[in-house]
Amino acid sequence: MKKTIIGLAAALALAAGAIPAIAKEWTKVRIATEGAYAPFNYVTPDGELAGFDVDIAKALCEEMQVECTLVKQDWDGMIPALMAKKFDAIVASMSITEERKQRVDFTDKYYQTPARFVAKKGAGIEISEAGLTGKKIGVQRETIHDKFATDNFGNVATIVRYGTQDEANLDLVAGRVDVIVADSVALSEGFLKTDHGADFEFTGPDFTDPRWFGMGAGIAIRKDDKDLTEKFNAAIAAIRASGKYDEIARKYFDFNVYGS
Amino acid sequence: MDFGLILQTLPDFLSGLWLTILFTVSSLAIGLALSVPLAIARSSPNPLINWPVFAYTYFFRGTPLFIQLLLIYYGSGQFEWVKASWAWSVLQHAWFCALLAFVLNTTAYTTEILRGAIEATPHGEIEAAKASGMSRFLMFRRIILPSAFRRALPAYGNECVFMMHGTSVAGLVTLMELTGVAQVIQSRFYSPFEAFGTAAVFYMGLTFTIVAAFHALERRYHRHLRPRS
Repeated sequence: MKKTIIGLAAALALAAGAIPAIAKEWTKVRIATEGAYAPFNYVTPDGELAGFDVDIAKALCEEMQVECTLVKQDWDGMIPALMAKKFDAIVASMSITEERKQRVDFTDKYYQTPARFVAKKGAGIEISEAGLTGKKIGVQRETIHDKFATDNFGNVATIVRYGTQDEANLDLVAGRVDVIVADSVALSEGFLKTDHGADFEFTGPDFTDPRWFGMGAGIAIRKDDKDLTEKFNAAIAAIRASGKYDEIARKYFDFNVYGS
Repeated sequence: MDFGLILQTLPDFLSGLWLTILFTVSSLAIGLALSVPLAIARSSPNPLINWPVFAYTYFFRGTPLFIQLLLIYYGSGQFEWVKASWAWSVLQHAWFCALLAFVLNTTAYTTEILRGAIEATPHGEIEAAKASGMSRFLMFRRIILPSAFRRALPAYGNECVFMMHGTSVAGLVTLMELTGVAQVIQSRFYSPFEAFGTAAVFYMGLTFTIVAAFHALERRYHRHLRPRS
């Protein structure tokens, strides 16, 4: 068994060596987003990907003068698919965290918003260890909000983990969970301002502790593609300077989404 | 392959395995108990008894288990009158929705398997039972059902394996059975091969256990079909 693996590795190394290393010219970039995290990324009724992430991605591509294709990818398989070269970059409101940095590189942040809890209007749930004791907290699984809720309230409350934020929102409406915690903007635009969320409101303070919430959302790129990361960083700085960023941000938000 | 990762997450997989076993055993047990009377009704010549059961098995065999679970779990939460009724006290729990979907699904299949076995009862056996003055109830208890169970055994063994595999959809409604655990682990460590590979090995172990159990049952109850040595 071991021998075959060594043999295979040797064969692969040979094959890789046989192809001369050419610095890749980026003319085409495939970008993945989730499409279930309004208003950052969602699917319009006619099946198109749209949202803040998508507009930013398109603006960055224009800035970098590359041809971009957008693909929809479920959150769970996002980083494995990036590493499997199914696409070259993730623009999906992915927070920059230490765990993720071990697998992929991130560009500088392109926005940063606090996390907040949402509960039914007048539910009177205090966001504290005492207030959440015995309650059910809905989160999207393996997100920074999942980790935050698990680390802080996991011993007193039940953490219910969903595949998408939409499902967590649905179950808050259905009453299967008492509160949900997620990005404040995703909750406000994607849930509270919709018909579904009419009976619900923010409760408790803003949470921004970098221990859980990292350094904001960045674009994830394979570690091998340092040149692409640099291209994206330059493009982010350029659209921030040219006013293109603010133009897009104004379309979606009435506050400073870039953070400080 | 990162075996350290698999070892590290083994406790999670074992608790997932336990939930998978719990779902499989309880849905199969409840399903079998329900499908015996339903199969008898389904093999009735009276269309008023036969057709409602057929409509039920037709729907549940004609739609994917995943859709049935989504209908029960997210569908039920959509209606205020459901949430206001007593049913919500159980439907609000994800485990109940999953168990309900599994039971309804396996009952539909098992009913049809048993119906086939009941209808294949040799006429001679029934005539002999009638000739010796058995009531309908006694005839079912002593003649038709025992031989029908024997005939249904191989097909029912397959159904048990399918049902066990079917419980993997519970992971999609927040339940941490094998597949649910595997999904969390793959998105925590970004190692889909280790996560789903480990789950697959556990599923395979369960499948072989079920298959071996049915082999043992067939050796015992199909003795009369074996060639004499």
